Amino acid sequence: MIGIVGFGAYVPIYRIKSSTIANQWGDDPASIEKGLMLLEKTVPGPDEDTITIAIAAAKNALKRARIDPQKIGAVYIGSESHPYAVKPSGTVLIDALGIGPHVHVADFEFACKAGSEAMFVAYSHVKSGNMDYAMGIGADTSQGAPGDALEYSASAGGSAFIFGRENVVAEVLYTHSFTTDTADFWRREYQMYPRHGGRFTGEPAYFKHILGCGRALLEKSGMKPEDFQYAVFHMPNGRFPLKAGKELGFKQEQMNEGWIVNIMGNTYSGSSITGLTAILDVAKPGDKIFMVSFGSGAGSDGFIFQVTDKILEVQNLAPKTREMLNTPHKVYLDYGKYVAYRKKIHFNEY
Amino acid sequence: MANSQRYTREIPHRYRLEAQKFPSGFVSLSRRYCDPISGKKEFEKINLKGTGKILTYTIIHVTSDQFKLLTPYAVAIIETDEGARVTAMITDTKFEDLKIGARVEFVFRKIMEEGASGIINYGYKAKVVE
Amino acid sequence: MREVAIIGVGMTKFGELWDQSIRDMFAEAGLKAIENAKVDKIDALYVGAMSSGLYAYQEHLGSLMADYLGQVGVPAVRVESACASGGQAVRLGFMDVASGMHDIVLVGGVEKMWDVEDGTFVLATAADQEYEVYNGVTFPGLYAMIARAYMDRYGLTREELAQVPIKNHKHAVNNPNAQYPFEIDLKQVLNSSMVADPLRLLDCSPITDGAACLILCPLDRAKEFTDKYVKIRGVGVASGPIALHDHKDLTRLEAVHLAAQRAYQMAGVSPNDIDFAEVHDCFSIAEIVVAEELGFFEYGTAGKAIAEGQATYGGKVVINSSGGLKAKGHPVGATGVAQLIEAYLQLTNQAGKRQVPNARLGLTQNMGGSGGSCVIHILEGM
Repeated sequence: MIGIVGFGAYVPIYRIKSSTIANQWGDDPASIEKGLMLLEKTVPGPDEDTITIAIAAAKNALKRARIDPQKIGAVYIGSESHPYAVKPSGTVLIDALGIGPHVHVADFEFACKAGSEAMFVAYSHVKSGNMDYAMGIGADTSQGAPGDALEYSASAGGSAFIFGRENVVAEVLYTHSFTTDTADFWRREYQMYPRHGGRFTGEPAYFKHILGCGRALLEKSGMKPEDFQYAVFHMPNGRFPLKAGKELGFKQEQMNEGWIVNIMGNTYSGSSITGLTAILDVAKPGDKIFMVSFGSGAGSDGFIFQVTDKILEVQNLAPKTREMLNTPHKVYLDYGKYVAYRKKIHFNEY
Repeated sequence: MANSQRYTREIPHRYRLEAQKFPSGFVSLSRRYCDPISGKKEFEKINLKGTGKILTYTIIHVTSDQFKLLTPYAVAIIETDEGARVTAMITDTKFEDLKIGARVEFVFRKIMEEGASGIINYGYKAKVVE
Repeated sequence: MREVAIIGVGMTKFGELWDQSIRDMFAEAGLKAIENAKVDKIDALYVGAMSSGLYAYQEHLGSLMADYLGQVGVPAVRVESACASGGQAVRLGFMDVASGMHDIVLVGGVEKMWDVEDGTFVLATAADQEYEVYNGVTFPGLYAMIARAYMDRYGLTREELAQVPIKNHKHAVNNPNAQYPFEIDLKQVLNSSMVADPLRLLDCSPITDGAACLILCPLDRAKEFTDKYVKIRGVGVASGPIALHDHKDLTRLEAVHLAAQRAYQMAGVSPNDIDFAEVHDCFSIAEIVVAEELGFFEYGTAGKAIAEGQATYGGKVVINSSGGLKAKGHPVGATGVAQLIEAYLQLTNQAGKRQVPNARLGLTQNMGGSGGSCVIHILEGM
């Protein structure tokens, strides 16, 4: 059996409310809260970035996997906000966690899909027999330009998954990927904020790929939506994943558990996969989970998991995703503090 | 500021809390070559678990340029459960939760950036836990 | 070992000396000392400076200053021990004369602190760069952590702590070389801006430019030059852990205790014999802890004693008649030397309005870092 042997998520304690951003730009808070279904989003602390978030998530995954870090043969971090333009994020992680130096490390980037991509490659390594364990991580501290609609959603967080063959907590039953060249969202070198094609990001991009991947995955597996206890999709806002899920035939109840975007925002490479951790936190042996990610540019990775008996042993070994999202230690930022934390204002260079 | 060569050689203690336990019982996170108490050269390598308590602390309002954007921030002297003394910045903690004796847990964080083009410095910070 | 005397002193005013460079200041103080001691040449030179490289982009101070004092050719060297650099320079000069190697030795200290913007960083280089400074600590932050531990253990109040700078400012009123020769009150201290909680701006010694120099010679030759001389009766130096976290007791500065024991032993005196002391009050808490380590007060009691007037005129021992680092100013490398100038003036009855009556024995205590080094001199009037 090949699948997830350890999983872990991490979100920062800082938040900004959609209404705070709306008031800054004179937007109607209700249209964000109800229209986009976004109440608040996570914000990285001034000392957090994709690397620190990936490490925090990976530590939680290791706590659940209960394996010697030295046995991990590959580590992949998917992100669109790697702190360095040139210099890997994964090297910091493996040295911090005591993995390696005999380890394969790579950073991935594919807009919001880089996390599921890292999982896909990690899983494939184990499946091929290339190594006993491999870790795939998606983490981001994504940025939306001030005043842009993305500012309401772009948030910070990530999740890590260790794949292996022993003590599997969620077996991978099927995977499928669906990719075309579609420039719905991009960021050029040296640019601080991404640009996007507005409504072009919807039907021709998000829905085309999620549905294309999702339908193929159902067909490949011979399964029907009602065979699943849970389904989770990439969450650029609250509305899109629910709409896509319904079009594939899933019901709201199957999607509730993984739908955390209303209180987390869009953690980009860490979006659908952090929804997956929220599901694994509560899943029961035998449950089947349907996940499809989406990354602009554009593509989707689909996974079907089946939860095993072992899940019950590991759920309480690390902080649960919804506990972190609802922590009593949450710190709400005003817009001024938010732009300072996110370095959206120009500081003196020392 | 730590340029990349200086930074790289400090990775074992900053990333993994690699420490030394000397025969006298003295535990050192800083790399040492002999026991400051007995002078003996033997030691056991240990990894600190990253838990401990605050012995004293301050909230810094005026600081050097490299930490200016973080002010006000707290710094504490922590005694780890293994007995090592460590100076660390406090993060993700409300100032009113700082107390002598408060339990802390170490987290991996960005310490500073060397301007817009230099390396990013990472290391340990501590946060107060109940 | 020969006995050693101080036969002349010279210093700049302490403050923001915008018109003077590091060499201008040292030349002024050194030439004043040479003139004051009525010597025409010196045999050796020791210059104390903490960080002339980072502050003024100038190292190699020994030769530079020898040149600008008109003494090219003499053995000259710069001495560094963080904020105790000046005191260490004096001690090396003392050893030089005591050993018989040289007769007329100029020891001085200097710091040009107002030429850099990020002085906090420069000062922090006196702490442990990899294990303290990297993690965001500043110098006021280190002493603030001592203050918090001390207040927690002994119940010292914020108001009592404020009495240290209030007293030292009062003393500085009568010191024409002081940077801040004016009084401050409790309200001003408690309302001054926070630097490192619980220490506020008026708990902290200022940023200061300045230089100070002394001329040493064998005691038995002192009369050849002047009738105003004092004897250096005891010297004690000690090192302590560089990092504050390695101090076993965070409410103590053990290097001060160790240096004091050595100085008292050499001088053959006890704390009760000391009439006045110049101590390293870089922060208000430092004077309290130091006064205890010197044996003037029991551990845990100096704050109260100082607040009750035991460290000013009429009290047990006059501490920092010059105004101390807080009000006289703290040009780091010059401080340890300037402390001996104050002792010299007191013991030769030249301290004017701030004269300690019948002063016979004075102690100077100069400290580097958060107690990483300490130099103590005990001086006797002749």
